[in-house]
Amino acid sequence: MVSNDFSSDSRSNRKKMSSKIVIAGGFGAGKTTLVSSVSEIPPVTTEAIMTEASIGHDDNSITPHKTTTTVAMDFGRITVDDELIMYMFGTPGQARFWFMWDDLVRGAVGAVVVVDCRRLADSFDAVDYFETTKRIPYIVALNKFEGLLEYTPEQVREALEISPEVPIIDFDARHRSSGGDVLKTLLRYALEHNRASEPVA
Amino acid sequence: MSFRRRRSNRVRPFTFTGGRTRSRHPLMVQTLVSTSEPGQEPPSTLMPESINIYRLCRETRSLAEVSAELNIPLGVTQVLISDLAEQDLVYIHPTITGSSPSENQVLERALRGLERLFQ
Repeated sequence: MVSNDFSSDSRSNRKKMSSKIVIAGGFGAGKTTLVSSVSEIPPVTTEAIMTEASIGHDDNSITPHKTTTTVAMDFGRITVDDELIMYMFGTPGQARFWFMWDDLVRGAVGAVVVVDCRRLADSFDAVDYFETTKRIPYIVALNKFEGLLEYTPEQVREALEISPEVPIIDFDARHRSSGGDVLKTLLRYALEHNRASEPVA
Repeated sequence: MSFRRRRSNRVRPFTFTGGRTRSRHPLMVQTLVSTSEPGQEPPSTLMPESINIYRLCRETRSLAEVSAELNIPLGVTQVLISDLAEQDLVYIHPTITGSSPSENQVLERALRGLERLFQ
């Protein structure tokens, strides 16, 4: 170990660690746009093999060459500092893949549900998942398409039955700093969440 | 012949697990992996896919990145990396989940980092 040139490199390398944020929301709500605006790399797609065929479920007119046996997940990366890398994973948008969510959500620091206010109903299942499972802290980010919001955050909270403590913010998924605000809001909330659940000494 | 060999390589990752459904290493999509002795050549007994992982992880990468770069589905990548870890050929880095208050320090560091990056 001591004799080879890589040893000191690999030792300092071992301090590296990672974390994960889940980006959820309805199909076309802006999940991948958010990931690409904050990521230091272009979003990468990885695939998990699924046994279920998707013909008849997917709208194949948008992506005619899409294979029917794999689920694609987009992810991006932010090198926070020398030792910490944060990954953002977009959940598969189609409702029938949500059995995969448990795997994806396990070990995540928190989640962002991206909501397109023009199609509020599309976000209901995602919100419901995090409200029901209560596994990880989550926030709701309203994507301002064309710079406009159709509803106020409180109207959205009521419509989607979002718990009162869950932060709802508006943002523009296309803008890096706006996307960064979403991530910061999530981390602040996750920290509060942890402090609140810490046993009192 | 070459077709058969390729086929057998595709099947082996699953038979390797011998019915194991969980590895002792917590391998999630974001988990970082690096080759234990990057200066050394991979053992020739490894399967071609594992050799590729060994070489790729001379620079630290997440499981998802390995899967995407080598075009191996996530589930298979997980099994292969788990196997390499069993043989101490790769090092599995710690993953910060934020689920315990003891990790708050790291989360705070992450927040400070984001504040610096996204001003």
